[in-house]
This record gives sequence, structure tokens and C-alpha cells, in this order.
Amino acid sequence: MNARLINWFKFSSPASFYPLAGKLIPVFTLIALILIGVGLYMSFFVAPTDYKQGEGYRIIFVHVPAAWMSMFIYLIMAFWAGLGLVFNTRLSGMMTRALAPTGAIFAFLALWTGAFWGKPMWGTWWVWDARLTSELILLFLYLGYLALQGAIDDTRRADRAGALLVLVGVVNIPIIYYSVQWWNTLHQGASISMDNGSKMGATMLWTMLIMALGFWAYTIAVALSRVRSIILEREADTTWVSELAEVRR
Amino acid sequence: MKARHKRLGFLVAGLVGLGVAATLVFNALDSNLSYFFSPSDVVQNKAPTDHVYRLGGMVQSGSLERGKELTVKFLVTDTAHTVKVAYTGILPDLFAEGQGVIAQGRMGPDGTFIADEVLAKHDENYMPPEVADALDKAHKSTPTGVANK
Repeated sequence: MNARLINWFKFSSPASFYPLAGKLIPVFTLIALILIGVGLYMSFFVAPTDYKQGEGYRIIFVHVPAAWMSMFIYLIMAFWAGLGLVFNTRLSGMMTRALAPTGAIFAFLALWTGAFWGKPMWGTWWVWDARLTSELILLFLYLGYLALQGAIDDTRRADRAGALLVLVGVVNIPIIYYSVQWWNTLHQGASISMDNGSKMGATMLWTMLIMALGFWAYTIAVALSRVRSIILEREADTTWVSELAEVRR
Repeated sequence: MKARHKRLGFLVAGLVGLGVAATLVFNALDSNLSYFFSPSDVVQNKAPTDHVYRLGGMVQSGSLERGKELTVKFLVTDTAHTVKVAYTGILPDLFAEGQGVIAQGRMGPDGTFIADEVLAKHDENYMPPEVADALDKAHKSTPTGVANK
């Protein structure tokens, strides 16, 4: 085993990850506040009116970043789930568990803002087309993972069962992403894609990217603070936890 | 071979198997997952004749006729074929000639599609009105708002 790999393994131990996470949280919280603040200001006051949808399109600045995050977070959860199953690292299960509620919130937010956008533009709150349905399944996967993980008392077994569910569900992510290309849907195609570049005005694009980065920073801050709580809860009996300044108080 | 390599192998094999299974399922389902039929599908008799389905395409420019009260008639086109649609009810704000539209209903005996719901379908382009005007002037003939591709 080379030196670099050992270094990584050091942080897979909850005892050394806990203080690192503690240092990172304020940094990412600050970044999130700034980016989301600037992003929202640009969403409402800087980005131009759309030629077709007028002011109503502005919900895109929350809708699209939220939908992106709901998919990204699931992929990161799948990464941790796979790592946990292969290497049996304790931290992996905790990270998967810590990310899930945020992913569920973003999936819900994407569906909710989508409904609010769909009513005035399409003329309906909801349709069972491939894009909307697969995103709803993603929300159910998050909720299913949380329920399954929470239903098993032994944390090791809970993490393994949850990890399996997450990995099986990962097949849904490309389906969501490509649904608008593979099938006829009411939902329009991607405005920003790897093969076609952007189909938005430059200011609109920047506003959306800033919001997306803000959501990233928020996700990292929230997931880290949640994982710290999980570490404390699961390692409550260990010496290193009982010696922590915030625990002894 | 260490135990963790074995587990990694199982994991990769499992994911590959899952991916293959999903691909097969979606190939088998194919067009059943599509939300609407295009006018070409209708002309080629690929759309059902005996029950409700959705027809999607663009409202042909110059084809919109407003009848009594809320009744409208228009042609839906995918540039290759057109289908005549009749609808009575409130249209979404984005509904206009040259715009994407999805109508749900059934084919009438006279070849007119009788819709009981009309939804507007917009495309993935967002831009300020000035840019849209400039683009419009640059290439007058390019249609916008066509279904997916």
C-alpha cells in the first residue's frame, strides 16, 4: 500500500474526520450564504426577462440547480455506498446517511418548483411523462433509503442494506438525465448539456451556475454537520468522544 | 485475491448486470414510454384509433381558427405531416401559432383530432427579447418550439 492511500484511509476514521469536518463547516456555510445571496439577487433583478415566458421563467434559477443537486447527491451517495461495501469503512455509511435528507429535499424542491412552473407555462401542475416520473422515483428512492436505514437497529447492517438500495437505484440517474432525449416528453430538453453547450442567454447561465455552486456549498456544509452528529451518536462510548471539549462540558 | 477485491468484483458485476437489465427493459418498452405521438405517427397509423392518446407537435402558423365561444381549430405539424385538431376550453398562456403543443383526446371519424386537454410545450432556449428579435431577423425561416430534437 503506498503512502497516498494510507493518507486517505486516515480520514476514513471518524476520530480524525470529525475535527476536519468541524473546520470545513464554517467555510462552506459562508460560501453558500454568499453565492446563494448573490444568485438570488441576480435571479430577481439582474437576469433579463425571457422572450417567451416573460418573468415566470425565473423559477428556473431554483428549479434546475435543485434538480441537478438531487441527481449529484445521489451519485455521491452511491459512491460512498460502494466504498462502504467494498472497504467496510465506518465513515462511508455515515456519509451516505448524512447526504440522504439533503438529496430528498432537493428532489422535492425540484418537483415542487416544477409544478409551480408547469401550471402557468404548460397548463398543468403534473403530467406522467418520463422526466417527471423518473424524478418522482428519485424522491421515493431517497425516502426509501431513509426508511430502510432507520428501520434496522444494528448500524452496520442498516448501512449495508441502505448501501445496496442506493446502488440498485443508481440506474435511475441516467434515466432521469436522458429521459428528455430518449422519449417524447412534455418536459423540454436540457438547456445546458455536455454535447450541445448552453442554450441560454449568458447572464441567465451565470445566474444559474452561481445558484448551483451555492447549492453545492450548502449541501457540503449541511452534510458535514449532519455527519458530525452521526459520528458523535455512533461513537458515544469511545474514549476520543468522551475527551472532546464540547462533550465534556 | 483479498476479500475487498472480491467484494469490488461482486459490486462491479452487479452494477453491470443491473445496467444490462435496465437497457433491455427500456429497449423492450421503447415507444410505450413516450408521452405523445407525432403527426407522422398518426398519418402512418402508429397511433391508436380506438382510445385516448396524446398528439404533440407545433401549431402551424396561420392555421388557428377561433369558432363559437371557446372552440378553436388548428393544425398540428411536425413539418412532415399535419393533423387537424379541434378543442373547446381554455388554452394555456404559451399557446400560440408556431409554438409547441400537446393535445390529449381521440381521433374523430372525419380525421379531426378531438382534444379534451391542450398543454403548451416550450423548448429549452431562454434569452432576452432583444436577442430573440435579432435572431429572428437573422434567420426568418427557422421554426422554434418543435418537439424534442
